[in-house]
Amino acid sequence: MEQYVPVLIALILGGLIATAMVFASAILGPQKHAPVKEEPFECGNPPSGSAWGRFSVKFYLAAILFIIFDIEVVFLYPWAVVFRQLGLFGFIEMLVFVLILAVGLVYIIKKGALEPA
Amino acid sequence: MDHVTFFALALPLIVVATMVVVHPSPVYSALFLVMTLFLLAVYFLFLDAHMVAALQIIVYAGAIMVLFLFVIMLLNLQTEPREQQRRGLRRAALIGGGILVLELFLLLRRLPTGDTPEQALPAGFGTVQALSERLFTDFLLPFEITSILLLVAMVGAVVLAKRQG
Repeated sequence: MEQYVPVLIALILGGLIATAMVFASAILGPQKHAPVKEEPFECGNPPSGSAWGRFSVKFYLAAILFIIFDIEVVFLYPWAVVFRQLGLFGFIEMLVFVLILAVGLVYIIKKGALEPA
Repeated sequence: MDHVTFFALALPLIVVATMVVVHPSPVYSALFLVMTLFLLAVYFLFLDAHMVAALQIIVYAGAIMVLFLFVIMLLNLQTEPREQQRRGLRRAALIGGGILVLELFLLLRRLPTGDTPEQALPAGFGTVQALSERLFTDFLLPFEITSILLLVAMVGAVVLAKRQG
């Protein structure tokens, strides 16, 4: 477990810095309340509608495709660990894997599945 | 894993897991679920399952959580008012949960007691290194076939979701 001590330190430091920033801005910043200032910022325009807007189902496809490519990355991680030992064999092995998935990426782009409209 | 570490981890885990269910706002529930998954990953580390711990964070806390947030946004779930929690639903949850606890209890009774000596694990057991060495040599073909499986999943998702277009 010793090799995870840096991870723990990074987690604690990250938490401390985030907490410190939230509290520091509340303590150090000038506190002048005005109705306009209390409004949520919306690109300078007066806010319109609820923040809980409904999203188009089309974006769901992007999320599903993200998961599939995330699984691909999951295989890249152990591969990177033993990359030097495997040498050229490992390189070709991963090349075949990535190329098969690249076919899928070309298909997705050609179908326009990543177009926002 | 000694008892102190176990309970030091179990207590926050139970708290955040309860918050996932109890919190009225679905977005907060999702954030608590991320914390639950992270704490579970630590348990996997203690079980020498280093790769599973990494997967837990990359796939579950990363990708699956994105899917959850998308569902929350797509369904436009608002913060749940208290009075909407129906009594019947709560009763059903109590009965279901009770049965689950009973089953777990019966299962745990059948487990062998901790008197048996722990078998020494081979060096490097469960490390990403050990897993990768086998995955990319002995399991070469299944690994390559996985890419075709992912390709099928991609095409399937596009075909199903873009039918009208």
